[in-house]
Amino acid sequence: MSSTLETRERRTGWLLLAPALILLALVYAYPIARSLWLSLFNQNLGTELQPVFTGLDNYVRMSGDGRFWQSILNTSVFTVASVLIELVIGMGIALVLNQSFPGRGAIRTIAILPWALPTALIGTTWAWIFNDQAGIVNDILLRLGLIETGINWLGNPLPALLSVIVADVWKTTPFISILLLAGLQSIPGDLYEAHAIDGASPWQSFRQITLPLLMPQILVATLFRFAQAFGIFDLIQVMTSGGPGGATETVSIYIYATVMRYLDFGYGAALVVVTFVVLVLVMAIAAFFLSKVRAATGDR
Amino acid sequence: MAKLELIHLNKTYTPKVIPVKDLTLSVEDHEFLTLLGPSGCGKSTTLRMIAGLEQPTRGEVRIGGQDVSRKSAGDRNIAMVFQSYALYPHMSVYDNMASGLKLRKMPSGEIRSRIEEVSRFLGLKDLLDRRPGKLSGGQRQRVALGRALVRQPDVFLLDEPLSNLDALLREQVRAELKQIFASQATPVVYVTHDQTEAMTLSSQVALLNDGYLQQLASPKQIYSQPANRFVAGFIGSPQMNLLELPCRENYALLGNSKIPLPTSFAPPPHVVLGIRPEHARIARPEEAITVTGTIILVEHLGMSNLVSLRVAGSESITVRALLSAEQSWQGNQITLAFPPEHTHWFHVETGDRLPDAE
Amino acid sequence: MVPLPSSAAVETSPSPSPLSVKKIVLPLAVILVVGFSLAPILWQVLTSVKTNADIAAVPNVYLPTRFTLEHYIEIFRRRPFLSYMLNSFMVATISTLLCLLIGTPAAYALARLKLPGEQAILAIVLIITLFPYILLFLGLLEIVRALGLANNYLALVIPYTAINVPLTILVMRSFFQQLPRDLEDSAKVDGYGTWQMLAQILVPLTVPALVTTGILTFISAWNEFLFALTFITRESLKTIPVAVAQISGTAAFEIPYGPLAAATVVGTLPLVALVLLFQRRIVQGLTAGAVKG
Repeated sequence: MSSTLETRERRTGWLLLAPALILLALVYAYPIARSLWLSLFNQNLGTELQPVFTGLDNYVRMSGDGRFWQSILNTSVFTVASVLIELVIGMGIALVLNQSFPGRGAIRTIAILPWALPTALIGTTWAWIFNDQAGIVNDILLRLGLIETGINWLGNPLPALLSVIVADVWKTTPFISILLLAGLQSIPGDLYEAHAIDGASPWQSFRQITLPLLMPQILVATLFRFAQAFGIFDLIQVMTSGGPGGATETVSIYIYATVMRYLDFGYGAALVVVTFVVLVLVMAIAAFFLSKVRAATGDR
Repeated sequence: MAKLELIHLNKTYTPKVIPVKDLTLSVEDHEFLTLLGPSGCGKSTTLRMIAGLEQPTRGEVRIGGQDVSRKSAGDRNIAMVFQSYALYPHMSVYDNMASGLKLRKMPSGEIRSRIEEVSRFLGLKDLLDRRPGKLSGGQRQRVALGRALVRQPDVFLLDEPLSNLDALLREQVRAELKQIFASQATPVVYVTHDQTEAMTLSSQVALLNDGYLQQLASPKQIYSQPANRFVAGFIGSPQMNLLELPCRENYALLGNSKIPLPTSFAPPPHVVLGIRPEHARIARPEEAITVTGTIILVEHLGMSNLVSLRVAGSESITVRALLSAEQSWQGNQITLAFPPEHTHWFHVETGDRLPDAE
Repeated sequence: MVPLPSSAAVETSPSPSPLSVKKIVLPLAVILVVGFSLAPILWQVLTSVKTNADIAAVPNVYLPTRFTLEHYIEIFRRRPFLSYMLNSFMVATISTLLCLLIGTPAAYALARLKLPGEQAILAIVLIITLFPYILLFLGLLEIVRALGLANNYLALVIPYTAINVPLTILVMRSFFQQLPRDLEDSAKVDGYGTWQMLAQILVPLTVPALVTTGILTFISAWNEFLFALTFITRESLKTIPVAVAQISGTAAFEIPYGPLAAATVVGTLPLVALVLLFQRRIVQGLTAGAVKG
């Protein structure tokens, strides 16, 4: 009775929040903190899986680990290529879906379908499409006369990387289309009418109205997709398991193999920590640009 | 039924945002108090503090002599009608009215009889099974009112309950509200920015501006004796003429005219003269104290004409007069008389009303 | 706040192009979009009803010369496909319900109750929606081992609930903020306590939002791969994504593409149904979750 309405409200608020915060602490904060701690130890088959304190040894080892650097390079190429292609295709699809035509609702449903399907299953689908024996990609290219013998897509480094990028683009472009479509719908139509009366061509309208006003959505979509692509695991694990010869091994795949195959927990933890730091840094930079763009467009 | 008192009530959000500053007033049984003022004046914050939806930074809210400042809204036994009506969309009209009573563990027989009585009174009998979504604006308003009435609370609070109705319906419901609350002994606090509602409904009007109480008086008094320049300008439509004039001896100079100052105060160097457009009238030939001006605009309002004129001898001063439609004049010059009993005088700096002549 | 796309959304036409261009280009573009989105799925569906001879034929046989359901029969006869489906369904459903139960009150607290540090909590919630699960799996693996949760639904239910709580908070918070405040004030005056108000007034009004969030959560849980791969090793407890992925992984010589295609089709069917039924809600939820932050 002695407490004010505000302190009582606050107490209720914390009670409502508590279960979520505890769960997030258990599943997010603890594992990451634990990895940070574990990364200071050597714990692998060599130490009979007992932790031995080695300070920053794991990080020193990482700096000379060619496979680690290769995985960083693979992840970067994969991320940049797939996100860029997705942005272009996603923008195209969003522009199409923003037009009015009969059956638009059905087409929109079809267009988001790939996003909803399980990535692991889709990985098997694309592995089959890129199959070297009876894959349909080779078949089409052969019939068109573009190649003379079938390409072993998943068995050669560059084609394999290309294949997983194509599969990822197909799977996640809808996510970008959805976000961009929402942004397009929030641009008032009379802006285009006014611009057209001013004598602007459609392409000029797109450059001068659509793109600037869509910038917040583009940046948000890019940020989300960057994080997802940087941590890609299931698609590649299913299609190539990182092969051939590590050509498609991303950081996630390398971490998983280090822990689950080589049972090198300390080094795996150090890899987790480095990935975490890289991600947070990139997000901080992205958030900085996002706030600048939002301020510039006066949005929200 | 219980007396409601606000004692040195203060709400501070930040040192610069203080919506309510030291408000003290009381509302007795049978009283209908309107909190009136422009948006941002603190009237809604005050109501929410009475309701228990906001915590006062300082001061007390007392109901029936008991400090309820720390009680939550549900424990204060008040009922509130919201601007948006705030009916629970997923409950029938009956359940909307019953919800507050059920939470107070009232026997269902009594709930039923109370709701029947109120719904007969408000003409809601046939609507009890409907959802709010299926009701018209006026019907929703009534349900919101009914939900407050069945509670038989210690204090009724109404937050701009008419502002979502169209103009025609608003007048009708306003008249009904007056009847309904006349039959209740419970104190009523009503928030509005509409002075017509305030004037027609209330027994007392508290006019607020910038967090401060400007005047607390009956509607009649607030109209005839505004306590300061703000009240004078806020109450009445068309707005009162407020003219800042220099004084010479015991006259105020309005263009070529000399308006005698009352003897109840010492003549200041400057003074604000207030005269309502409806109180300015065309002067009769025998009258000595008159103001002549050139008509610059005539607005026809149907039963009257609102005439704006530029005062002769002072080109920057415009006076507006509300003249009966039957009244006619010749040319574009007219001469007005300001009846002394309808003339208001205010201090130039403080804006306070200067004492009236007895 | 960005307005959610709705059926009433204003039609905007970014390119007020001449009619003739629109008449030719737009249908072509629509066909391209449909082809892009459906072709891989269609190929998988076709594969699943072809005989093994048709599947292995070079050059490819596009349409099956003989329609067969043998691959579908095989995955249910020779593999415990029904239990995979059941596992996925159970894990996804339980974690979805838990997630709504835990995330909704938190979303309300962040939407309405003025808490110190609220902005910081929101920022953290937004940031962790971006964390890839690989960052968590090592620590979670230790917890799962320490608590002996391996090969237990809980090993998946707890992380799946947690990874979807941030999205739930963001989406539900934006819906709570759209509710009229008067309604809550009215409930307080009526005498509802915070819990009663949430349960009896607000939750019934947010059923559409709960459905939206629930669908997103369900999809995410149904599709999760890494935790399911790591924490569940017993065949009878495996979920669809892991079970299907290992059909191709365990084959010593020839990958059984027919059954694999059939398994993919069956495993995606529930999600296809969800998308067909709730397309609009999914779009709303995704935009609310991503853009509102």
